[in-house]
Amino acid sequence: MIKFPPRKKFSRWKTRKFGLRMLVSGTAVFALGAAAAFLVTSLHARARAEKPAAASRAAFLQVYRVLTSPRCQNCHPAGDSPLQGDDSHVHLQNVKRGVDGHGKYGMRCDTCHQKANLPGEHMPPGNPKWGLPAPELKMVFVGRRAGELCRQIKDPKQNGRRSLEELFHHVADDDLVGWGWNPGDGRALPPLSRPDTVAQMRIWIDGGAACPE
Amino acid sequence: MTSFFVNGKAVHVDVDPSTPLLWVLRDSLEMTGTKFGCGMALCGACTVHLDGKAIRSCVAPVSRAEGKHVTTIEGLSENLTHPLQKAWIEMDVPQCGYCQSGQIMSAAVLLAENSKPTDQDIDDAMGGNICRCGTYPRIRRAIHRAAELAGQRSAK
Amino acid sequence: MSAPAIVGRREFIRVGAAVGGGLLVSLYAPLPGGASEAWAADEKNFPLNAFVRIGTDETVTVIAAHSEMGQGVYTSLPMLLNEELEADWSRIRVESAPVDKVYNHPVFGMQMTGGSTTSPAEWERYRKMGAMARTMLMQAAAKQWNVDVSSCRAEKGVVIHAASGRRATYGSLANAAAQLTPPAEVSLKPAKSFTLIGKPTRRLDTPSKTNGSAQFGLDVSVPGMLTAVVLRPPVFGGKVTKLDATEALKVPGVKAVEQVPSGIAVIAQGFWPAKLGRDKLVVTWDPGPNAGLSTNQMLADFRELAKTPGNIAKKTGDPAGALKSAAKTITAEYDVPYLAHAMMEPLNCVVDLRADSCEIWTGTQFQTVDRASAAKVAGLPPEKVQIHTTLLGGGFGRRANPASDFVVEAVQVAKVAKAPVKVVWTREDDLRGGWYRPMWHDRFEAGLDSSGNPVAWTHTIVGQSIMQGTLFEGMMIKDGVDGTSVEGAADLIYGVPNLQVDLHSPKIGVPVQWWRSVGHSHTGFSVEAFLDEVAHAGGKDPYELRRALLASQPRMLAVLDLAAHKANWGATLAAGVGRGIAAHFSFDSYVAQVIEASVEKGGVARVHRVVCAVDCGQTINPDTVIAQMEGGIIFGLTAALKNEITLKDGKVVQSNFHDYQMLRIYEAPKIEVYIVPSSANPTGVGEPGVPPVAPALVNALFAVTGKRIRRLPIRPSDLA
Repeated sequence: MIKFPPRKKFSRWKTRKFGLRMLVSGTAVFALGAAAAFLVTSLHARARAEKPAAASRAAFLQVYRVLTSPRCQNCHPAGDSPLQGDDSHVHLQNVKRGVDGHGKYGMRCDTCHQKANLPGEHMPPGNPKWGLPAPELKMVFVGRRAGELCRQIKDPKQNGRRSLEELFHHVADDDLVGWGWNPGDGRALPPLSRPDTVAQMRIWIDGGAACPE
Repeated sequence: MTSFFVNGKAVHVDVDPSTPLLWVLRDSLEMTGTKFGCGMALCGACTVHLDGKAIRSCVAPVSRAEGKHVTTIEGLSENLTHPLQKAWIEMDVPQCGYCQSGQIMSAAVLLAENSKPTDQDIDDAMGGNICRCGTYPRIRRAIHRAAELAGQRSAK
Repeated sequence: MSAPAIVGRREFIRVGAAVGGGLLVSLYAPLPGGASEAWAADEKNFPLNAFVRIGTDETVTVIAAHSEMGQGVYTSLPMLLNEELEADWSRIRVESAPVDKVYNHPVFGMQMTGGSTTSPAEWERYRKMGAMARTMLMQAAAKQWNVDVSSCRAEKGVVIHAASGRRATYGSLANAAAQLTPPAEVSLKPAKSFTLIGKPTRRLDTPSKTNGSAQFGLDVSVPGMLTAVVLRPPVFGGKVTKLDATEALKVPGVKAVEQVPSGIAVIAQGFWPAKLGRDKLVVTWDPGPNAGLSTNQMLADFRELAKTPGNIAKKTGDPAGALKSAAKTITAEYDVPYLAHAMMEPLNCVVDLRADSCEIWTGTQFQTVDRASAAKVAGLPPEKVQIHTTLLGGGFGRRANPASDFVVEAVQVAKVAKAPVKVVWTREDDLRGGWYRPMWHDRFEAGLDSSGNPVAWTHTIVGQSIMQGTLFEGMMIKDGVDGTSVEGAADLIYGVPNLQVDLHSPKIGVPVQWWRSVGHSHTGFSVEAFLDEVAHAGGKDPYELRRALLASQPRMLAVLDLAAHKANWGATLAAGVGRGIAAHFSFDSYVAQVIEASVEKGGVARVHRVVCAVDCGQTINPDTVIAQMEGGIIFGLTAALKNEITLKDGKVVQSNFHDYQMLRIYEAPKIEVYIVPSSANPTGVGEPGVPPVAPALVNALFAVTGKRIRRLPIRPSDLA
């Protein structure tokens, strides 16, 4: 929270004798006062702007919790293999990203993953779009600090040329993103529900998509 | 009714469409070359090709095969003529042999896409196929040999 | 290789004593009346003895008295036989033997496969069977040509009379040969004349294993067959108290839900409906006496037990005294877990049970015991029970179960199914179904003299007896000591003058049995790991210390030297790579291994290279020897790096390959195998490659990190 100095009170000079001096002083004071007032006004304006920015940043920190939960970050790894499990261990069986994010040779994602989840713990989860981001656009979540990830997902060069609104719709409506909240037996859900995540995205964007440091 | 092709032949099966393709092949069609090892896509013994791509038939519902071409180990070649089969025989890869259908089907996809695979390519392509008897060193050598044989064949 | 044809009973046993010792080959000849009686249904094939029949189409069928589980006997047995038979190798086919006492293991007296004994046990018998058949074929030709049999020779399936140029193929002679009285004795070729034995030979079963035609037990189908899966108690020894099968019975394809002694059988048309049906069972279990079993508790209990004296398995000299007077003493304790066999082909068994017969199809290593057990359950005499042995998708000992568990259960299911039935185990059933390699605790103390030589060695072993409670108990347990619990320890190959080995055999409700290399799977690890610690404590190189202690074991020494030499022991390695060495004698074979390993980020052990030297006497198929070493090494590495079966609240924790992981191709090291040339009788190779692996690895990791790992499997936290 940014503290700003208290309002200054202006007192009237009582004697005329000091008239010109007063005028000069008064002008000086006025000038100072005006400067002070300007300073105060701009600080106020900043404060007004700070409130939504702070709220925006706070909302992003909520979204950040979701993005770095296993259900999201497991498919946004830094390395060449996806992660799996609530402990985000490296995916078993030496699975690799491949040139298109969908695996290599006889180990494509859809070699094992079907179009929908399979019942039972540790069975392969599924979605028609199952895969990782392609190597040219890795969209890494793992290991990113909040500020880093915020700036990254806003950057059209790193987010698949999405505007903020398109980003919003991606989180709100995309089917593969939605899998995170319907992950199949035995997998922990993200810390916020999808509606709550979407609501935080909205606050974040409306507040100027502010990023933490 | 689910209709698809197995090794070029049209089949129609009247089973629940969520039945894994593996059990349609083994029980309904009595083709037992494709094996059951884990039921969870962890071992690769059930590997077949669906339109040329490897899938684990133990978790793929038969509905996924609708209208498509399934190739099983029985259909990989006429008479053991696939370079992988020749190399497997030349180097005596199998011990118990139970995992080998899946190994060969995975290797076949590798060779179809990469005619000169490196050891790294083999690591990337074959990590899903378990062999309990430990024939990995021979699988690796045989894939290299099969690539050689395939190269010679196409050079002719 | 197709499933064995169902043939009529063959009467091969002739009662008679062996004359002058040795194998009486006529014991294996058909009864008088000959081929036409035994083979009424088939006039194109003539058995010349119980192990080979000749077809008029020139095929030669060798009957294998042992099961093929990957160890190559379906090639090595025909090699032995044909070395003497001299048939055209390209005409050889193999068939599994029916259950019959003529096929009893020459040493164990029952039909079985295990203990790495097929090669030594059949070394003489199969060659004699080949010689016998060849003799009869030659005699038939000689008789036809009215010449002396000594003027004939046999070559590639043809009998030749050189003087007249006459030739006759085996196929053309088979019928006549089968009518002859078999010779009582035969002589065998000297080793220098071998044309097959000792030469790398392509396996006969490889082609069928590359095109899906090889038939395993799980692949068998008989007319009218149903499929069953069994829900077994989650805690060993538990019982059903409440069963609701309503939903299970609604699953399309499910025919019945029935209780059997081992659990609840869901019987259906095909595996998938049976499995879906089982998933829908609602069952309440009384967990029974083993509800509190916990690995953590057992680890603590074993540690406590090891502090007290057990039953003495071995004592030489004065170990206690020598320890007291030693210049230096060291002590260490080791733990290894329960291990599952995890054969790639889950257990299965097909049973067709009728009023007066029982036919069984399965991959088993234990035909005689299984038949007797099945007969008892079926209420039939054993002769009415026949077992067709298929190929085994891995055995590792699991398919030689002393209680015939999976066969007996299938007969019980067949009884309630009232139809031919195939019982299938899922991977979860297999990993949670018990019959494990026991968990073990080993406690050592060694005393060193002032030069760092070990002069005293005591070893206390704690673990369940696998023989106790089985039909082998009387044979294998002496003075409270199960020989398999202390093998590799009580018979320590190293020359330490004061040795004591004692044993505690706690009774625990977890079913246990032999697992590839049996007791050696734990003594190999603990003895070789401790010896490394002894070497270090005495300031000695681990290879040099072993050399010194093997002074009176020339074959073990030669194997050790070969491995060390090929591994370049002592040469500088790349940074971060360490070498470890181990040597172990098991199942009469000598194996030494040197492993190069490093540690990666996060404490993950990486194995780069394994150099293995083996002396197994005369090799039959040297390529199979190499394959068995390669396979044993990977089997041992898998256990050392990845596996444990643990219990919590009575239940097995692990269930499938995500938590009972297997080594995969990208983790497999380079393996080099060197065979010591030998003319000693063959000894086995199925198991001996396993025991040295874990200790060689932990010794290598010590060389890299300075950390001792005394508990398997190796964990990243041990090395990070």
